[in-house]
Amino acid sequence: MSGNVRVDVPKTARKGEVIEIKTLAAHGMETGFRRTYLGAPIPRDIITTFTCAYNGVEVFRAELHPSISANPFLHFTTVATESGTLEFRWTGDQGHSASASAQITVT
Amino acid sequence: MDAPSRRRFLAVSGSAAATALMAAAPRLVRAQMIRTPLNNMPEAIKRITGGAPVTRGRVTLDIPPLVENGFLVPMSVSVDSPMTSADHVKAIHVFTERNPLPETVSFHLGPRAGRAFVATRVRMADTQNVTAIAHLSDGSFWSDSVHLIVTLAACLEELPVSASP
Repeated sequence: MSGNVRVDVPKTARKGEVIEIKTLAAHGMETGFRRTYLGAPIPRDIITTFTCAYNGVEVFRAELHPSISANPFLHFTTVATESGTLEFRWTGDQGHSASASAQITVT
Repeated sequence: MDAPSRRRFLAVSGSAAATALMAAAPRLVRAQMIRTPLNNMPEAIKRITGGAPVTRGRVTLDIPPLVENGFLVPMSVSVDSPMTSADHVKAIHVFTERNPLPETVSFHLGPRAGRAFVATRVRMADTQNVTAIAHLSDGSFWSDSVHLIVTLAACLEELPVSASP
């Protein structure tokens, strides 16, 4: 596990409630289309995939491209089905990998 | 016949105005030339849909129509869907017309999302159309497009030498 990431998940929810999840990952998202002043191309270095698993079952996935802003922000929803863990994973170019998890109590 | 002075005046001044416009036209054309070229968005959409028809509607792409900073454009997509296991949104794809690549982001969701809503922040290289396409569980595709004007474009600037890797 590495990388500086933030996740916002409600700590508690009622069963069946739709909860909102916001995530932010610190990453420059270098597009691969830019050059230095000397004309040398700057290689692409982006986060390509984000996944969210709820107690081990994938509930959301995003494929990111160079058009996504630096420090990718993602906002999505899921149904609070049971108490447990939400696991978030970001993977990308040049072996980039970051993860985070959050506990939720469903009543 | 005596020239009706008002009519003559309008005819002469009108043609003068037209001449002035024609003289200005090359400058307008040059302003168009420095726009970033169209990318292959139609082909990229075809790769996702497999050639299936895309109907406009059910999708709401919420993105500001006037963008000051193309590096950070907040965007959200919602789809009119009950999000049940029988009828839900499988994926939402976003495409741009003039960014270097048409593909912008793809979200994969399902009935466990509860609501068909996603949001992120994107870069915009130029004034252009943005299209969101939703792939529903019945196999149909729905879309929404927004034309947005960008004053500061993303993606095209150079880095200082010292910042090069």
